[in-house]
Amino acid sequence: MSDATADPRFRRKPPKRPLRLSWADERIRGIFWQIIVVGIVGTIVWWLWSNTAHNLEVRRIATGFGFLHREAGLPIAESLISYEPTDTYLRALTVGVLNTLKVAVIGIVLATIIGTAIGIARLSRNFLVAKIAGFYVEVIRDLPLLLQLLFWYTIMQSLPGPRQAMQPVDGVFLSNRGFKVPALVWENAHTAAALAFVAGIVLTWLYARAARAKRMIDGQPRKVWPAAVALVLGLPILTWQVMGAPWEIDWPALRGFNFRGGLTVSPEFFALLVGLVTYTAAFIAEVVRAGILSVSLGQWEAAQALGLRSGSVLRLIVMPQALRVIIPPMTSNYLNLTKNSSLAVAIGYQDIVSIANTTLNQTGQAIEGIAIIMLVYLTISLSISLFMNWYNARIALVER
Amino acid sequence: MSDITVNTPIGSEPRSAPITAVGPIAWLRANLFSGWLSTAVTLVIGYVLVRAVMGFVDWAFVNAIWSVPVTNGVAQTQACRELHGSGACWAVVTEKHRFMLFGTYPYEQHWRPALVCILFVALYIVSSLRRFWNWRLIPIWTVTLTAIGVLMWGGIFGLPYVPQERWGGLPITLILATFGLAFAFPLSVLVALGRRSSLPAIKVLCVLYVELIRGVPLISLLFMASVMFPLFLPEGMNIDKLLRAQIAIILFAGAYLAEVVRAGLQALPKGQYEAADAMGLSYWQKTGFIILPQALRLVIPPLVNTFIGFFKDTSLVLIIGIFDLLTAGKTAIVEPSWQGFGVEVYVFVGLIYLVFCFAMSKYSQGLEAELNRHRRR
Repeated sequence: MSDATADPRFRRKPPKRPLRLSWADERIRGIFWQIIVVGIVGTIVWWLWSNTAHNLEVRRIATGFGFLHREAGLPIAESLISYEPTDTYLRALTVGVLNTLKVAVIGIVLATIIGTAIGIARLSRNFLVAKIAGFYVEVIRDLPLLLQLLFWYTIMQSLPGPRQAMQPVDGVFLSNRGFKVPALVWENAHTAAALAFVAGIVLTWLYARAARAKRMIDGQPRKVWPAAVALVLGLPILTWQVMGAPWEIDWPALRGFNFRGGLTVSPEFFALLVGLVTYTAAFIAEVVRAGILSVSLGQWEAAQALGLRSGSVLRLIVMPQALRVIIPPMTSNYLNLTKNSSLAVAIGYQDIVSIANTTLNQTGQAIEGIAIIMLVYLTISLSISLFMNWYNARIALVER
Repeated sequence: MSDITVNTPIGSEPRSAPITAVGPIAWLRANLFSGWLSTAVTLVIGYVLVRAVMGFVDWAFVNAIWSVPVTNGVAQTQACRELHGSGACWAVVTEKHRFMLFGTYPYEQHWRPALVCILFVALYIVSSLRRFWNWRLIPIWTVTLTAIGVLMWGGIFGLPYVPQERWGGLPITLILATFGLAFAFPLSVLVALGRRSSLPAIKVLCVLYVELIRGVPLISLLFMASVMFPLFLPEGMNIDKLLRAQIAIILFAGAYLAEVVRAGLQALPKGQYEAADAMGLSYWQKTGFIILPQALRLVIPPLVNTFIGFFKDTSLVLIIGIFDLLTAGKTAIVEPSWQGFGVEVYVFVGLIYLVFCFAMSKYSQGLEAELNRHRRR
């Protein structure tokens, strides 16, 4: 009998014991303690709730979300969608959410790239590279993020004014009003070219997949890069050419006391982004390093014995295995970056916390304001962890 | 006999390895100049590093100004401004360090917060020694924290009373971090046990608490403490702002620590639970004598790492206007004569945070190595 479940004795269920109304019955004790704990928590919540209701009534504070449709009257310096102070609170808060998402998305992408590079650098055989990367990680991780944000913001503010702006490259101005870079005058042709670029990437991916499937059958390697160049670069350029090849650049220029034209990166946004990226990159570097170290040395040696170059070893053998260790802590770092972006309020970047805080001060509706902040972050956190869990499950499936 | 022994004259010393294969030259070749790419990287980084270090030394020491004259209580910072950023103006630290460390605490009473900081550091050192990891820690903590309260408030033993509004600087940071941990840790153990409980109502409550707190930023909890908390309490009852922030930090830390403790509970082999049940121990006996002593030992290094995180996170109380170390630093440069010297102040404040966090992180690494000694081969 190799299979334990085949033994009839194991299939038998324990006899159902009737619930005895006695302290000796474990289930009765369980129910008793649950009633006690739920009762205590319920009483505390009820007490806080009734106090709050009473206080709101006494202080004549309005409740409900009716204020969302009133005129906000608060100025917002930077916004992804068109916004005027005469717009509603709802639109102001939407601008805040978009600003949070903007810094979070750009921050996550940059922190991943820089963090991975530093994590790999820390394992470099070059003594100098490894030590510098280690020093960076140790120092950055031991300083509060808020301190780092204030530091970067102070540096941005100590830059010269617009009239004495630094000009590292022609057309790029660096001053205490932020970065000024030339901007392309956006037209339909550019949108089409961007779409063609995305289509090119998708097509290349499909082509590479088909080539790999064919290689599995006949063993012949097929070159993917000519098709990749044609699709990813050729397709957008062709589309752009067909649509008349518009190319007009909006150069920033000094007019009076400030700049006109061009694209502005505000000092607040820049300080926040640099702070978040350098801080999170240090944590991501440790995650990547731990992931790579988790792959046993035998895998490296076996790959080298097969004659793979060190780049290929990392890409084909080590990374796919390391990713399984890396993804879960990476998720929590992404969540941390998003939640840490709320520190923007300290340096005046108008994210959701900053705008909801102003709203709360203007309307006096503290509960609703904080509820909005919490709801937005819970939604973002949940979305990121759902996506990362899906990706993690997909990576784990590769394992047989 | 083989050929080798024949060719070696008897009595001669064995030849040492070539000088390029051992010693510093071999080390250089292996670690800095192992190939043309490595050599190029070493040279470029070496150049940049030397330039950066020289620039920093120039800024921080050679061109720096350490003190400025003060006339009628106003610092004369012309000399500093004429540097135009080519040198550090450490005069701001020399002049303002008492304010940054102790805030608006009465000047002649500064020895009290200073003693409090020393007491805190002593408390950390005692708690980190393994021979104190037993019941003795509880009286040690109780006595030290009481002494700290007496020193800060005063009012007895001939110490003048100092209201809480006048506290500030480093003691506030240490108070928030230490009291936060002291209360959040027992809470987190209870919540972690509750989350693994077989009683559904308790489990749901604990899951809700942990996931809700971990889903939102600390700032939103601090805002809640500063603007919403007064609405929660009955009329006439009021809690001061520091205590409200402290409660928010305890609730926040509790949720994160609970997850760390839960990891320890899960890592324990199932046999330990079953053996305890077989001995006929009650739930609390099982938890107190068998489970927790092993589970907590497993998670001490991640617990220390989480504590480093909270130590840094206490700086967030700046946003709701509590006078901690970072707020004191930021306030020190509001004065017109010191405006524009933020970098120096933040370097000074950063160094204090760095010392505390670096010590904790080294301690956690050492502990991890020591606790894993039996696993090493």
